[in-house]
Amino acid sequence: MQVASMHFKSRAREKLVNRNLQNALNKLQGNFVRGRAQRVAEMDNFEAIRDAASAIRDRVLDRLDVYLEEFERNATARGAEVHWAETHEDVNRIVCELARRHGVRKAVKSKSMVTEECALNDALEAAGIEVLETDLGEYILQLAKEPPSHIVAPVVHKTRDEVSDLFEEKHGTPRKTDIAELTREARERLRGHFISADMGISGANFAIAETGSTLIVTNEGNGRMVTTLPRVHVAITGIEKILPTLEDVATLMRLLPSHGTGQSISNYISVTTGVKGEREHDGPEHFHVILFDGGRTSLVGTELQPMLRCIRCGACMNHCPVYQSVGGHAYGWVYPGPMGSVLTPAYVGLEKALDLPNAATMCNQCGVVCPVKIPLPDLMRKLREQQFARKLKPWTERAAFGAWCWTAQRPAIYAAAAAIGARLLALMGGRDRLIHSIPLAGGWTASRDMPAPQGVTFRELYRRQR
Amino acid sequence: MRVGLFVTCLIDLMRPRIGFAALRLLEAAGCEVVVPATQTCCGQPGYNAGARGAAQALARKVLDEFDAFEYVVVPSGSCAGMIRTHYPELLADQPAELARVQRLASRTYELTDFLLNVVKLEKVPGAYNGTVTYHDSCSGLRELDIKAQPRALLAKVAGLKLKEMNEAETCCGFGGTFALKFGEISAHIAERKCGNISASGADAVVLGDLGCMLNIEGRLRRRGDMSTKVLHVAEVLAGVEERPHINANTRG
Ligand code: SF4
Repeated sequence: MQVASMHFKSRAREKLVNRNLQNALNKLQGNFVRGRAQRVAEMDNFEAIRDAASAIRDRVLDRLDVYLEEFERNATARGAEVHWAETHEDVNRIVCELARRHGVRKAVKSKSMVTEECALNDALEAAGIEVLETDLGEYILQLAKEPPSHIVAPVVHKTRDEVSDLFEEKHGTPRKTDIAELTREARERLRGHFISADMGISGANFAIAETGSTLIVTNEGNGRMVTTLPRVHVAITGIEKILPTLEDVATLMRLLPSHGTGQSISNYISVTTGVKGEREHDGPEHFHVILFDGGRTSLVGTELQPMLRCIRCGACMNHCPVYQSVGGHAYGWVYPGPMGSVLTPAYVGLEKALDLPNAATMCNQCGVVCPVKIPLPDLMRKLREQQFARKLKPWTERAAFGAWCWTAQRPAIYAAAAAIGARLLALMGGRDRLIHSIPLAGGWTASRDMPAPQGVTFRELYRRQR
Repeated sequence: MRVGLFVTCLIDLMRPRIGFAALRLLEAAGCEVVVPATQTCCGQPGYNAGARGAAQALARKVLDEFDAFEYVVVPSGSCAGMIRTHYPELLADQPAELARVQRLASRTYELTDFLLNVVKLEKVPGAYNGTVTYHDSCSGLRELDIKAQPRALLAKVAGLKLKEMNEAETCCGFGGTFALKFGEISAHIAERKCGNISASGADAVVLGDLGCMLNIEGRLRRRGDMSTKVLHVAEVLAGVEERPHINANTRG
């Protein structure tokens, strides 16, 4: 996917005044935030599960090569073919080659963020293959020609009215406003494609080393059709999604639906293991698994490695005051919110996403809700440190911090500067003791006043008193 | 009990009376309070901007200034959190300093936490005639678990009624330099907070961090609310907020 993260600020500005988006974003806080809180309250050993889940993810990351090879061995033994892709170009090339090899003209997809990283749909279409998104949200976005704005609820930025308009225009049917009716209309459109498609493309929430299976967690049932009906199934997943055992899956599944959608359990958990067996009636004849690196190995063994624990639940963005304000598109790449502010610079380059690690209040609401305890603000701070060290921050900012640090280490000079500052700002505050505009601090005063200081510093008053 | 008071740079510059309120409360609790004269800033702005070297330099300075005290008390969850949770990480690769900094971290307390849990303050000098709501500042809440402490102390203030607002634990949008760099997003978040404060019907919002105070008060005034007071918990507990000649919040 194209990277537009350098334009975070200007995109965010547009989003803040987009009434439809603001209404749509309000839904998140209700359903997902409250839902998660309720599910967590129901678990009597929540913190223990969270510790166990984080430990499992760490165990995988510490021996990633071992588990990946185990996965490959077991998947191959059950008739799957495992492909290794270093870059998104590799993924797209492999899928197009597979399509050619198997004579594929039409592919149906279930939701996959990894294929968004790769812009796989564009590559398939360029190769002359029809590709259809079958997750309701992704289907809507394909019609609207928009990228997802949330990793779990891709179309959360749209109101129901916008979807009604879209279906009316694209389907050429009378306008419907009832969600059930809209869903039925999309289903009717999609049914035939499941039957006629030659290839099903899915992602994987987890890849299980001990069985060589891929696993998807869904609510709509489309994923099950994508993975069983077409004769070719291609599952594409990041290499970090490995879990050692099915037992480990059970642990992680205590957390994924609750943190993703506020459900205690998702409607479907589909485990795909190998190809259709001799006496089996359904399942793919060919099963390909593409293990995608896309920058992940570059995080292994670094201070950012904890980010690879991520299970893509979306809780961090649901709870993020910045995401809640600007939505996912402002972030300019596949992954939005706190996890995206770490992943985007890590995967596409620090210099291509300078704003993202800084666009956070460090409130740590994300770190507190993350089911696998990723210290997201700490990781964003690490990226800020890298920006600082690599001189990717504006020289004005670096100079300002240099001067501030120099002064703060010299108490006499600092005290004098503070005394002058306190008086100056108090003067600027005038009679109502509010400063309406401060040069160089327009970011603050454009939409906020600055309460004026008392006018004398604490240290001056204290010295006078004692 | 000898206590070092870390006033914080923002209180020194903007609201000295909060520093004196903290002093008064600590003395009321029977502490011998020392205010090291050379103190400046804990280094958090640099730390969060990625200027690690600058933050380390200031952490060492604080360490030297406050090493000798039995306890260090800070009327800010954010600066106390910086010392308690981030200093050890910041100086992790300096074995000589690490042990000292860990000792400092373990003896550093946010003001209300210290008053309630260490010195177990029974009576507070303040009195307040009205209803307040409490905003939980992020660092205090999520780094130091400051939640019950200010409420327990406010319950001791004569005449004060506490009414919780919705989303009391949600960030006010301040975020240090974030408020300058991403001013529009910051103000948007602050606006939601102000809406919740207003909807609570309280006549004052009380909190424990100056950054959030300036942000919330700045946004309240800009949206035309000139009456809701924005008070530091120390002011309310010490009963110093009603002195009109130094109070920016009460006009006339
Ligand atoms: S970072 Fe944590 S909260 Fe965010 S999507 Fe990943 S697992 Fe979920």
